[in-house]
Amino acid sequence: MNFKLKDIVPQLITVTAVVLVFGFFTYNAQINMENRGIDFGYGFLSQESSFDVQFSLIEYDGSHSYFRAYLVGLLNTILVSVIGIIIATILGVIVGVARLSPNYLINKFAAFYVEFFRNIPLLLQIFFWYFAALRALPLPQDAEAIFGVFYLTIKGLYVPAFIWQNFSVFFYSIVAAIIAIIVIRIHAKKVQENQGKQIPVFLISIGLIFILPLLSFLIGGVGISFEVPVLKQLATTSFIYEGGVSLPPELIALTLSLSLYTATFIAECVRAGIQGVGKGQKEAAASIGLTPNQVLKLVIMPQALRIIIPPTTNQYLNLTKNSSLAAAIAYPDLVLVFAGTALMQTGKAIEIVSITMFTYLTLSISISLLMNWYNKKIAIQEK
Amino acid sequence: MFKYLKQLTSLVAMVAVLFTFTTESMAAKKSKTLKNTQKKGFVRCGVSQGLPGFSNADAAGNWTGIDVDVCRAVAAAVLGDANKVKFTPLSAKERFTALTSGEIDILSRNTTWTLSRDADIGLTFVGVNFYDGQGFMVRKSSGITSTSQFKDGISACTNIGTTTELNMRDFFNSKGIKYEPVAFEKADEVVAAYDAGRCDTYTTDKSGLAAQRTKMSNPDEHIVLPETVSKEPLGPVVRQGDSVWEDIVRWSLNTMIEAEEYGITSANADMMKTSDNPAIKRLVGAEGELGAAFGLDNDWSLRIIKQVGNYGESYKRNIADTGILPDRGPNELWTKGGILYVPPAR
Repeated sequence: MNFKLKDIVPQLITVTAVVLVFGFFTYNAQINMENRGIDFGYGFLSQESSFDVQFSLIEYDGSHSYFRAYLVGLLNTILVSVIGIIIATILGVIVGVARLSPNYLINKFAAFYVEFFRNIPLLLQIFFWYFAALRALPLPQDAEAIFGVFYLTIKGLYVPAFIWQNFSVFFYSIVAAIIAIIVIRIHAKKVQENQGKQIPVFLISIGLIFILPLLSFLIGGVGISFEVPVLKQLATTSFIYEGGVSLPPELIALTLSLSLYTATFIAECVRAGIQGVGKGQKEAAASIGLTPNQVLKLVIMPQALRIIIPPTTNQYLNLTKNSSLAAAIAYPDLVLVFAGTALMQTGKAIEIVSITMFTYLTLSISISLLMNWYNKKIAIQEK
Repeated sequence: MFKYLKQLTSLVAMVAVLFTFTTESMAAKKSKTLKNTQKKGFVRCGVSQGLPGFSNADAAGNWTGIDVDVCRAVAAAVLGDANKVKFTPLSAKERFTALTSGEIDILSRNTTWTLSRDADIGLTFVGVNFYDGQGFMVRKSSGITSTSQFKDGISACTNIGTTTELNMRDFFNSKGIKYEPVAFEKADEVVAAYDAGRCDTYTTDKSGLAAQRTKMSNPDEHIVLPETVSKEPLGPVVRQGDSVWEDIVRWSLNTMIEAEEYGITSANADMMKTSDNPAIKRLVGAEGELGAAFGLDNDWSLRIIKQVGNYGESYKRNIADTGILPDRGPNELWTKGGILYVPPAR
């Protein structure tokens, strides 16, 4: 070890400055809160919340605690983020590839989509999908059935609910299929390394994931029936659908706007990734006799992904944080439920804002770690 | 020699202590908020983001409403000019933080006085300038004429961060009705969503319903149901811990109400100085030294009445003449069958 004074001193000064600034603000806040008679503490989390929430993934009503309300908000935030990330990724990849298409129409349409949606502020898009598009939807009593069972109305999307018999058998058949696929993949890799033979793993996997659950229906006694939403009258002109599952329009509008917005950025990442792989790579792969499919799967994509993943991680983080705009259209996410209603009812501004900030930080860091792990896995492995 | 010196020193010290005490108590009277307000030259007042009749800005940015008038009254009393007010529009969610953090000095924003708000979060309610209650609005075409016709599955639009959210739960629970709460951050968005047909009913304070109804695309299509499901005494709020400022705001509001009781208006206030009634003379500053208690001059209440008017004038100008709630209901003076009753100014 060879410490040099000139290396240590600036770092010490920085650390001291950070600690002092942080300490100053904490001290100041303490004094100010004392002067204004505000108590500090997290005890309120176990108190009864006494407000209801429109949409919750766990059982909740006003007789539960503020902590439970926090969980409701957190799960709703995670729900909209996960659905948003999945849709944005699928759409982004399709549009990104479409932008490279030699077909003029597809190419220009994709370019138009990207330029249009990424250049309008997200909040405006959310308002558009919620207020403008919502008004265009029919009232429940006027709604036309889609495929006879779906109803898209101003009060939400009503879909049939599944009612399972022997669900556990079905579940185990899927687990069995997944284990079988993993085993076959490992086996196929060994066979290829030892004998140079290729086993059509993809086709076998597809077959397994369909056939095993199908068998569970035929011989495992698994049954499925649907509970179809039925129109119910509340008053002369006021109706709702009962039964089935209802997705509130707030969730639909928020997911739609977040996905459409973020997909444009992911599309650009995908385009950059594919264009970033040298033309020579494709030609070299073709010259050693790989089929076009193999060229894409074994040569182009592994290299493109290295370019695509890091900026796409940023977009996933953006989407998660942007989901806090939910408050504007009454989707009960973490900000609306916890940093909104709960903050107002308790008046614990510092506590609740700090918890909320810490939660978003944790969410973002989790996504970051996951994506960094994936990035490391696909990075160049020097042997 | 030394003995005398010692006595002299203690005498000087005592005088000094006494002197500090007197100046201290004078300074305490001129409260910190009052001092800051006089130094700045304007009253910092938190209002709503637009509620006709209570606090609403026109296209030119002029604020009007009975909540606005409370702040104007304080400005008239403290600074001598009812126009020296800086209004800060606040959402229901922001309002208490803005007050406790010292961004505003009066919160006059249709805020319900409740025990937990008064006791818990560093606030003090100074009075009531509007007695309200929560109600429900529905479409006329729905055929609903009473809350007893509500059924399971009804969706209700409202604001977050209000007592409304809590009352709504109490109401539906007590009736055993399952409902879908749809809570927005801003009132304009609640109105837009209800107007679009997202919700079957819109619930908030009845005065708010009456005011927001005027913003709907077709106000005649909507009715406010007769039932009142809660008590909502609305009034101005100040920060806890400055009792002089608290008194100034409280008595500025009381002055407006008492002026109406004695028939003193903005037009006849000057003439009332020669009235035979000592209560009236006190209220227009012709008798007694009422202002001195707050560290204000004796014309403070006269300025309120002359520049802002009495409570009745303010109500007529902002709420009755605008067609929001022509009937004063409980907000009539106690002498005329209402419940407006304030302690005497003496």
